Amino acid sequence: MTNGDDLNRRLSKLLSEEGLGVLSTCGQQQPYASLVAFAATEDFSHIVFATPRPTRKFANLAANAQVALLVDNRSRRASDFRLAMAATAVGTVKEVRKAKNSRLIRLYLQKHPQLEDFLWSPTCAVLDISVERYSIVERFQHVTELHLKR
Amino acid sequence: MKTVLRLDEIDEAHHDAVGGKAMALARVARTGLVVPQAVCVSAEVYDRFVETTGLRSRIVMEYDRKPFDQMRWEEIWDTALRIQNLFIKTEMPPDIAAALRDQISSELAGCPVVVRSSAIGEDSRKASFAGLHESFVNVRGIASILKHIKLVWASLWSDRAMLYRAEIGLDVSTSRMAVLVQELVAGQKSGVMFGVSPTAESEAVIESVHGLNEGLVDGTIEPDRWIVGRADGAIRSHKPAAREKMVAARSRGVAVVSLPKEKRAQAPLTNREVREVYHTGRSLEEAFGWAQDVEWTYRDAQLYVLQSRPITTATGISQQDNRAWYLSLHRSLENLNALRESIEKTYIPQMISEAESLGKKDLAVLDTEQLAEAIRDRQRIWGHWQKVYWDHFIPFAHAVRFFGQIYNRAVKPDDPHEFARLLPSAPLKSVQRNQRLVQMATAIGRRSNRPAKSADGKHGHHEACEVISDIAAKAESSTLRSLLATTSVDKQLVFLAELAKVAGKKTARRQVGRKVLVERFLGAFPAAQRRNAAGLLDLARASYKLRDDDNIYLGQVEAELLRALVEVKRRSRKAAGLRVATTTAGQFVQVLVDPDFRPSREAHASRGEASLTVKARQLVGQPAGEGVAVGPARVVKQREDLLDFKRGEILICDAVDPNMTFVVPLAAGVVERRGGMLIHGAIIAREYGLPCITGVPNVCQAVMTGDRITVDGYLGIVTVGPAPTDPVQAMPARSAHSVV
Repeated sequence: MTNGDDLNRRLSKLLSEEGLGVLSTCGQQQPYASLVAFAATEDFSHIVFATPRPTRKFANLAANAQVALLVDNRSRRASDFRLAMAATAVGTVKEVRKAKNSRLIRLYLQKHPQLEDFLWSPTCAVLDISVERYSIVERFQHVTELHLKR
Repeated sequence: MKTVLRLDEIDEAHHDAVGGKAMALARVARTGLVVPQAVCVSAEVYDRFVETTGLRSRIVMEYDRKPFDQMRWEEIWDTALRIQNLFIKTEMPPDIAAALRDQISSELAGCPVVVRSSAIGEDSRKASFAGLHESFVNVRGIASILKHIKLVWASLWSDRAMLYRAEIGLDVSTSRMAVLVQELVAGQKSGVMFGVSPTAESEAVIESVHGLNEGLVDGTIEPDRWIVGRADGAIRSHKPAAREKMVAARSRGVAVVSLPKEKRAQAPLTNREVREVYHTGRSLEEAFGWAQDVEWTYRDAQLYVLQSRPITTATGISQQDNRAWYLSLHRSLENLNALRESIEKTYIPQMISEAESLGKKDLAVLDTEQLAEAIRDRQRIWGHWQKVYWDHFIPFAHAVRFFGQIYNRAVKPDDPHEFARLLPSAPLKSVQRNQRLVQMATAIGRRSNRPAKSADGKHGHHEACEVISDIAAKAESSTLRSLLATTSVDKQLVFLAELAKVAGKKTARRQVGRKVLVERFLGAFPAAQRRNAAGLLDLARASYKLRDDDNIYLGQVEAELLRALVEVKRRSRKAAGLRVATTTAGQFVQVLVDPDFRPSREAHASRGEASLTVKARQLVGQPAGEGVAVGPARVVKQREDLLDFKRGEILICDAVDPNMTFVVPLAAGVVERRGGMLIHGAIIAREYGLPCITGVPNVCQAVMTGDRITVDGYLGIVTVGPAPTDPVQAMPARSAHSVV
């Protein structure tokens, strides 16, 4: 049985060390995956990312706010099958109102300062995934689910 | 390890931390020669600054926007401007600032200083960065020293420094910079000794000026020159200079001032001093093991060595690289003022009068031989003005860039290209010309007494033809004139009807914002310097206006060459298949003089030639005009495509030629392959308030006419395919905005 504190620590490490994740959206009955730069809150309950509006993923999100985000620490070695960790966050997206004092925006720019101009562009939307649960995969097929209380 | 080191604390172990210049100066000091008191801020401080502020990742983001070898110089300059602005805007973290303040103040308390670059790898025998990075002379006060340290770090990212590093294969992304903070020795005479003459290995060269040597180093002040035998130190020759000016320290910075009369007749150095400089250079050659270029100054009879670096000409490096060209990318204020004078007072009036005099000639009365001669003559004139354009007009464009750099340092704007908003001071020639054309197009509908676009019947057609020939006679674009002479009337009428639809469309001029920006710019200088700042703005405005207007004037000369080619087309069926262009003029002459000549039909590039099995979805370029436009693309690959342009389409082209800007009032946005913020297409798009993206590789192949595209002029992204109804509107959230 996985110790809860240990799992939290590993998930926290994964979410803070990895900068990019694969976002899954769905539009016109067709799943679609996109690589996005993200930042997660300390309690894992929110994940923020940004995208230009004239994109397929944004069109999908506008039609269907349900998303999944896969974050993993693969290193492209054979050992990945045993050592890599992957977490899939499942939740609902809302657009964040852009303001300098927004906690989520500060969190995002702290992790990705290079995206500051991108984020403040009028055509860029900042999105907040309100996470309902994580599916965490370790040691090839060891899967744990972490449900967030609301 | 200490991060701020005195020269006597630097040894070989510090090589990767202090850079070539500081390392060399420490070695000079160890030989017992007198050097100014100095400290070196090691490259570790640079590393900490870019790491803790997040600048390192932001630099990589800007630098890798496009592969470096695919960037035009204009794009590299824009990249440099953006990266340098990051340094200017980013505050030094308090702990770094406090450490520097303590250590620098304790070593150089209160004295004016020179803040010099000492890039890692600089001034080695393999590469010379001399002049590529910035140095600031006569900096006073610790706050100002810290500010100038940041500017020296930023100069690692100048266009010329990036180009040079890329050329000699240094990894730009891991480049770092140490900074030398040196006591300013305000010498009465200064100079450079070249340990080996570039023209004779047995000789050394000593150059010297009165005052500080900044004017000598940047070429503003002509020095006295002595040739000295390397073997015996004997003076072989002395060439005096005109000696009219000198560089002197001011309350801050330095200035070029008149040389006092008593010094004009006097060489800066006595023969004894020439010999002392020579012996100093030779002793440094012995200490370093190879010949040196040495900068020095005399203060009250004491010779100070300011810096010493190995001669790269002796290793053959200078012959192989383009450093001289990179250095020429930056012009001095004096040079820019001289260019303006010659352009405004000589070249432009001459060019206008030349075009006018050619325009008065009636080509229809010439016989075949005379027409051939007229074409040859016009080719020669066109070639002459093109050369003038490259030699004088293009270099003058640097005035805008010079101003941009000064503006950003003074104002620290969020948008590094904000300065461009101050530049338009009068309506651009292109805009005025377009307004006149639209008015004429509007007249067609009125005079033919029927809507011009329905010119499918015969009624009114004759009337319309008359108006078109009137427009063709008055059109100021050589391209439009030649199109009106060579395409079908129906096509012309449809196009002119489109133009008539935009009658009354205003350009996006932002006078109010501009006034505020001008005040902000001038207000950033102390009262005594405001006049100079205003002069610089005036110079930049002249340069900006000229970047548009010069093309128009050059276009008038070009139009006269094309007019002669159209005359050949009118006379000879053999010329029917020839494209009217300056590049085909030779073939037109052959049509006239060689009865056996059969021109080969030029193969026009077919649309969609890049057999695209891969379809573009998002293309990235450089944002060059703010705003978003959604609409059908019109890919203009050849001049003939211009008349197909419809209102609301997005102009996609290789480069907006000044002679094709007559379609811009119809366009909803502009995208071009050629890159740069200050190129013609970007200037004209901003003038009309159109979203604009430049530097999109392969855009004419990747996008097809009729594709629905979104031009995101904020981010520099072209999206091909379906787009949201309003790309700047927040998500139509069934849910409320997140309030987190």
